[in-house]
Amino acid sequence: MATTDLTAQIAARRKERQRRSRPRRILIHLGLISFGLVMLYPLLWMLASSFKPTEVIFREPGLLPSALAPGNYVEGWNALRNPFHHYIINSTIVVAGSVVGNLLACSMAAYAFARLTFFGKRTFFAIMLGSIMLPIHVVIVPQYILFSSLDWINTFYPLIVPKFLAVDAFFIFLMVQFIRGLPRELDDSARIDGCGHFRIYWKIIMPLCTPALATTAIFTFIWTWNDFFSQLVFLTDPDMATVPLALRQFVDSQGQTSWGPLFAMSVIALGPVFGFFLAGQRYLVRGIATTGIK
Amino acid sequence: MPSTGRAPTAVNEHAPPTHRPPRPRRKKSMLQRRENRAAYLFLAPWFVGLAVVTIGPITASLVLSFTDYSLLESPNWVGTENYERMLGDSRLHNSLIVTFVYVFVSVPLQLALALALALVLDRGVRGLPIYRSVYYLPSLLGGSVAIAILWRLVFGTDGLINQVLGMFGFEDLPGWVGHPDYALGTLIVLNVWTFGSPMVIFLAGLRQIPTMYYEAAAVDGAGPLKRFFSITIPLLTPIIFFNLILQLINAFQTFSQAFIVSGGTGGPADSTMFYTLYLYLRGFSAFDMGYASALAWFLLLIIAGLTAVNFIASKYWVHYGDD
Repeated sequence: MATTDLTAQIAARRKERQRRSRPRRILIHLGLISFGLVMLYPLLWMLASSFKPTEVIFREPGLLPSALAPGNYVEGWNALRNPFHHYIINSTIVVAGSVVGNLLACSMAAYAFARLTFFGKRTFFAIMLGSIMLPIHVVIVPQYILFSSLDWINTFYPLIVPKFLAVDAFFIFLMVQFIRGLPRELDDSARIDGCGHFRIYWKIIMPLCTPALATTAIFTFIWTWNDFFSQLVFLTDPDMATVPLALRQFVDSQGQTSWGPLFAMSVIALGPVFGFFLAGQRYLVRGIATTGIK
Repeated sequence: MPSTGRAPTAVNEHAPPTHRPPRPRRKKSMLQRRENRAAYLFLAPWFVGLAVVTIGPITASLVLSFTDYSLLESPNWVGTENYERMLGDSRLHNSLIVTFVYVFVSVPLQLALALALALVLDRGVRGLPIYRSVYYLPSLLGGSVAIAILWRLVFGTDGLINQVLGMFGFEDLPGWVGHPDYALGTLIVLNVWTFGSPMVIFLAGLRQIPTMYYEAAAVDGAGPLKRFFSITIPLLTPIIFFNLILQLINAFQTFSQAFIVSGGTGGPADSTMFYTLYLYLRGFSAFDMGYASALAWFLLLIIAGLTAVNFIASKYWVHYGDD
């Protein structure tokens, strides 16, 4: 009895507080909205500027252009050795290979860590966690030597093959966390029905893992699409350039004169990330809440 | 959705191991052997990757760090010469200072902003998903070349910032990215701008704090400040710690922003010469692979050391539920 009284009392007090603080709530919203606008303003400015003639970009901080230059996109598309879709295709190959690799290899490793008992499990799990923190810069020099001895420099192999070897341990961890949350009774009943480990992994765990797989796919997409460092190291031939490398070529080769087309191509480069962000927000937010990835 | 649809969060990751009913002994060993074999098969790609792409290269770079190697000729053993060179390399010392300033200024600012906004948003603000998405967006874009290009123009001589400041009557403003005193600052701003991902983690952590604690404290007469420092902060320390480790490691690895903003030089006057950029320039522009390997190992030691210090220090300020 006493507790119900107390809860009722608290609820009443809370309602009272809410009613009293309406102006404060509006103030909070105003603050949050203006802060959001300040944060997004550079992005909006870039989008608007991509339609402005270059000489106008540096005169007008506003969003509405006084003169339109939709030609920026055409000019930017053809500014480099190859038309811009050449670089988009290169990036797409790298991204698609990475996504498939991460989905397969990381989920297999995750299944073993989450569901099977085996010799050395604790040690290997610790190594896996430790490797998450390992910066690529530490291994890039010997990797370069290894891949150049295989004649893989200026191919996409150095960027894709490691993903099929579950090198992105972050996603193993994410999927281990997820699989641990699935009820074990499912595996056990499948085992009684005569399923082997591979069938359980493929037919039971994988379908239930769709949210974790989606998170992995979206993050792999965004990270690989944005990745600059390893692409800069492994792809030095301008024809093999991906979108970030093409943008860098653009910055280096063009003077101050063509910021408009440069902005246009930057917008194109950010477009897919933004699209995946809109489509997959649910998985992204869940994913970073799970493992804290960026 | 039932529990299967919810991803476990960082907060409850210490799930107890599930205990299986004991099996008869002989059968167990046979089943266990089969399970062992299956596990190693599932882990086979990971093992290969670990050996060839991770541990192999780490070991190789340790060996290479004692050699002089330009890729064209085979490596020459030079003993500790590379490490002695590091002691006298003033550009390296400068890059360490630049990197540490960047990391230890931008990460605390970023986390403070993330926590502050998470606290505001956690108070049942309507439209939370929209705010969360808007604030989160920059973290996804922040590392890209396109954003680095944008930064270069926003903080350039005729850039957005100076245009806006000009409207308020400021004159003779510097080009921020081109000025040795300010270039690093623009990169710090860029990192703080990506506070969204720690904010989302803070929000998830705040959700885990049971409201009954606050209600009990309110009934006992604790004011909002008291509740914040006695309930929210202590219960959030594991998440603060988690975010701190992640963002420190992230910040140490910053590369593309500095590369693009400085046109690949680390300039002006080496003011944006991050450690990773210096390593890249030694290894892949000068092809001084032996020295670059020594730099890589030193980076590994710095990150490992910092993480270890953090874990030791965490004993004194991070509260886990059980004590």
